[in-house]
Amino acid sequence: MIRLEHVTKRYAAGGSAALDDVSCEIDRGEFVFVVGSSGSGKSTMMRLVTREITPTAGSILVAGRDLVPMTERKVPLLRREIGVVFQDFRLLEGKTVYQNVAFVLRVLGEKRHRIKQLVPETLELVGLDGMAGRLPHELSGGEQQRVAIARAVVKKPPILLADEPTGNLDPETSAEIVTVLDRIHKTGTTVVMATHDQGIVDVFKKRVLELRSGELVRDEAEGTYAADETRERERAAQRAAEALLRDED
Amino acid sequence: MRLTFLLGEVGNGIRRNASMIISVVLVSMVSLFFLGAGLLAQREVSTAKGFWYDKVQVSIFFCTSQSTDVQSCADGAATQAQQDQVKSQLDSMKPLVEHVYYETSQQAYDRFKSQFRGSPYLSDVSPAAMPSSYRVKLSDPSKYNEVVASFEGQQGVEAVSDQSNVLSTFFKLLHVISVGAVALAVVMVICAILLITTTIRQVAYTRRRQVSIMRLVGASATVIYLPFVIEILLATVVGAALAVGLLWALVHYGVEGLFHSSGSSTGDLVSMIGTADVWDFAPWLFAGAVVIALATAWITLRRYLRV
Repeated sequence: MIRLEHVTKRYAAGGSAALDDVSCEIDRGEFVFVVGSSGSGKSTMMRLVTREITPTAGSILVAGRDLVPMTERKVPLLRREIGVVFQDFRLLEGKTVYQNVAFVLRVLGEKRHRIKQLVPETLELVGLDGMAGRLPHELSGGEQQRVAIARAVVKKPPILLADEPTGNLDPETSAEIVTVLDRIHKTGTTVVMATHDQGIVDVFKKRVLELRSGELVRDEAEGTYAADETRERERAAQRAAEALLRDED
Repeated sequence: MRLTFLLGEVGNGIRRNASMIISVVLVSMVSLFFLGAGLLAQREVSTAKGFWYDKVQVSIFFCTSQSTDVQSCADGAATQAQQDQVKSQLDSMKPLVEHVYYETSQQAYDRFKSQFRGSPYLSDVSPAAMPSSYRVKLSDPSKYNEVVASFEGQQGVEAVSDQSNVLSTFFKLLHVISVGAVALAVVMVICAILLITTTIRQVAYTRRRQVSIMRLVGASATVIYLPFVIEILLATVVGAALAVGLLWALVHYGVEGLFHSSGSSTGDLVSMIGTADVWDFAPWLFAGAVVIALATAWITLRRYLRV
């Protein structure tokens, strides 16, 4: 679904590489954590996949499309295959939950009856049924992130990218959010989540790609976050996540 | 993108940037008003010049049966012999006389009718009251006095006139007005273009999150640009409509009001433009507004709004 081959990205010519000769492949239907500290290249990788930026060297294939020779006109078609969630939610403040999610479909020219069907369906999937009429500032951080996730997946993209989606949330809420992502993963969506949230990674036991200073240093199935660091915040998240996972099953 | 959704977005953009949008309306109104005023002044020049102005320097009008108050016309309408006499005199004045046109009174009446269409004075005039004339083109226009002097007071000749002399001051004034108005219009159009650029950048700023989400979910450039383009287009078209309204008021209350209904003598000496001329130019002003808006908006968006 996503394939990077010897991808290098330098933001300034001759500067240090944000990504350095990274090769990896993510198959259809996988759930992958991309871990690493700030500045390790996680966001660069995400932005390369959505073709916000182009690599300095190497090739990238996403959903069967070769991103390097892609013309600007084709970029929107690529982005319709990808849903994206950010750390800072990026909701439209003046619009209700329903309108925020429907916005995507309206922009893409979806028919009205499809919107009426898809939006409530998606809100239910992320656990926001009954909140359709609320405005973003009336919601908690976790609820806002659920709206953002609903917005990202309402057009049913085969790929969902989440860039530090739990970065602004407390451990318990973080676990809830990842549970929502896991639920979306189970509908067949390929999920790639960049995070430095150790507790989450350790509990959910998914494939882990670890970046360090732009290099891919680890690719492990059912991996954990680098185990030597222990922080109170992550432990709390772990406990909460375990409790939630039990509820989910 | 559905129409109602698009209009909703446009409405939102206008509400949130009302002051900028209003300034685009006003600047396009002022620039198009000056442009229109310049065009109308030019139109007035060509209306007032009439058919013969640029072609001849001297006109020799023959007596009609009604022109008995002129001494040389005491015998009534000019006879054929008198007219032939003038013609042969003109022929003898070559090469100063370069060309002679003869206009019958019927032709003069027809031209008068079209030149003064809409004038209340027309109803008093019959074809018989219109003099037939020789229109004379000179090889050296500055020597018009020689021609005027040799026919002035001749039997059967009612008047010898040098139109260009009478009207040249008026035309010079109009020309200055027209050039001035167009120059101001050019300055204002530049203002309008710069203001549209700034406005789009501000609207883009207030809508940056929306735009980033649209990009993210794969909206095409056209869909992202459309609300901006429509907002600017609306503003300039409203500006054009106001400009046409102002020009109409200027002509209706200014030109028509002053020169026609008050009975001022200028009204019968010189034919004036009317509101019909404003309607002639209106489509061009609208087209100009649309072209400026579309071109500026598109270039600005391509430049400042990454898709």
